Amino acid sequence: MLRIHCPWCGVRDEVEFRYRGDAGVARPQADAALAAFATYVYERENPRGWHLEWWLHVGGCRRLLKVLRHTLTHEIRWVGEAHETAAVPHETPCGDAKR
Amino acid sequence: MAKSDSNPPSGRRTSSGRYSGWRLFLEGLKGQRGWSRAWAKARPRSRYRVVIVGGGGHGLATAFYLASEYRINDVAVLERGPIGLGNVGRNTTIIRSNYFLPENIRFYEFSLKLWEGLERELNFNTMVSQRGTLNLYHTEAQRDLFTRRANMMRLLGADAEQLSREAVKELVPLVDLDNGRYPVLGGFLQRRGGTVRHDAVAWGYARAACEAGVDIVEHCEVTGIRREGERVLGVETTQGPIAADTVCLAVAGHTSRLGALAGLALPIESHVLQAFVSEALKPVLDVVVTYGAGHFYVSQSDKGGLVFGGAIDGYNSYGQRGALPMAEEVAAAAVTLMPALARVKVLRQWGGVMDMTMDGSPIISKTPLAGLIVNGGWCYGGFKAIPAGGLTTAHLIACDMPHPAAAHLSLDRFHGGRTLDERGAGPFPYAH
Repeated sequence: MLRIHCPWCGVRDEVEFRYRGDAGVARPQADAALAAFATYVYERENPRGWHLEWWLHVGGCRRLLKVLRHTLTHEIRWVGEAHETAAVPHETPCGDAKR
Repeated sequence: MAKSDSNPPSGRRTSSGRYSGWRLFLEGLKGQRGWSRAWAKARPRSRYRVVIVGGGGHGLATAFYLASEYRINDVAVLERGPIGLGNVGRNTTIIRSNYFLPENIRFYEFSLKLWEGLERELNFNTMVSQRGTLNLYHTEAQRDLFTRRANMMRLLGADAEQLSREAVKELVPLVDLDNGRYPVLGGFLQRRGGTVRHDAVAWGYARAACEAGVDIVEHCEVTGIRREGERVLGVETTQGPIAADTVCLAVAGHTSRLGALAGLALPIESHVLQAFVSEALKPVLDVVVTYGAGHFYVSQSDKGGLVFGGAIDGYNSYGQRGALPMAEEVAAAAVTLMPALARVKVLRQWGGVMDMTMDGSPIISKTPLAGLIVNGGWCYGGFKAIPAGGLTTAHLIACDMPHPAAAHLSLDRFHGGRTLDERGAGPFPYAH
């Protein structure tokens, strides 16, 4: 069970939220090449490690939050507003958190 | 090419012999002490024609079909742990071809036909049980959709039939047709669907592949992929470097991680799917039942336990466990549909990591890197596809062109706008 600290509502259970995916992807400029849009829509880094992601507090304040969460341990290190951002700690592709 | 010392001389290596009822009887007379290992634990050589990363269902099946159908047995299967402990041993063992998109029906029907002859082909009892898969519907719109799906299946040669409420009750007395939340209006049955013992699939393919000359290397983790320009030359492993003409990734759940080692970005997110087994019960359920108003599917194993599952947990995860909210949702669906299960105890619960693709369909494809093949993106449906996935991947490796049954699963479908979105959910892996 994830416990997400909503900046407006306080600590709430994950069942109040809807996951909305990777918050690290940036929409290309309108005149960018088609391939840039295909990459934006389809390709994901999918790290085993820290991941910046969108969570919608649908059962609370209905705000969209940005959350920094670890995809193996599920630890949540940072929660911010949609316009804020956090540095994503980098782990090598082969880094194994269990060792 | 010399085999390493740890392998017996080439040709038929440590053969486990042919399995049969007669052999079981004879070995019984000798106290069952005459059986040998089903497959040899190989040490890797420094070079192979084909290296398959991942000793799960798809990797082992690919190796087997490479050797048996395409006469290529200079093949190694590299598995990080022991054979059978990954997703091939973590699924809910269901086989079926009741899809909606024609490409998917053709592919999964091809797989179902291979399942039907698999035990003979492998000389291994994989306990293929065509007990039927029943999907229930609870609204008229859902009935129309299932009717359309059943018609599509019949047009393409698969079997499907509509069941009335009464026929559903007769087939599955456990179902509460008039449950308070989502009364059952009827069902959609594929009689040729069913279950297969998943461990036996891993063991059967491993044994048959080994018999055909494939090296199965356990406890060998791939730590790097060697490239020269846009060509892949082999892999770095915990047991040393291994060169190969072709490297095939069959590591669904972790395809992104292996892809990253080769510098490849993929349309995949990893998500966790849970499965559950109850305490053993007397026979109560002889068909696979899928609830239409929530995500819940259940069958009863030969040991008596109810094997069931639901939807993915819903957020990116590599943790092979699962969280309680989904466990609660699955249990709620179970008890709504089959109130008699309310006091059944769950014995075991676990999670497996799924490659969830952006369109919900798998990937069997060449990649932008020459010599690198991907078999992955199986979402939560890779088990039923093992025979077809293995055969079509072997075809792609051996013939350098896609098998007709899997040509639509290529990686370039995303950039080319030819996605296969079975659910119509859009490019959101957590929604498929």
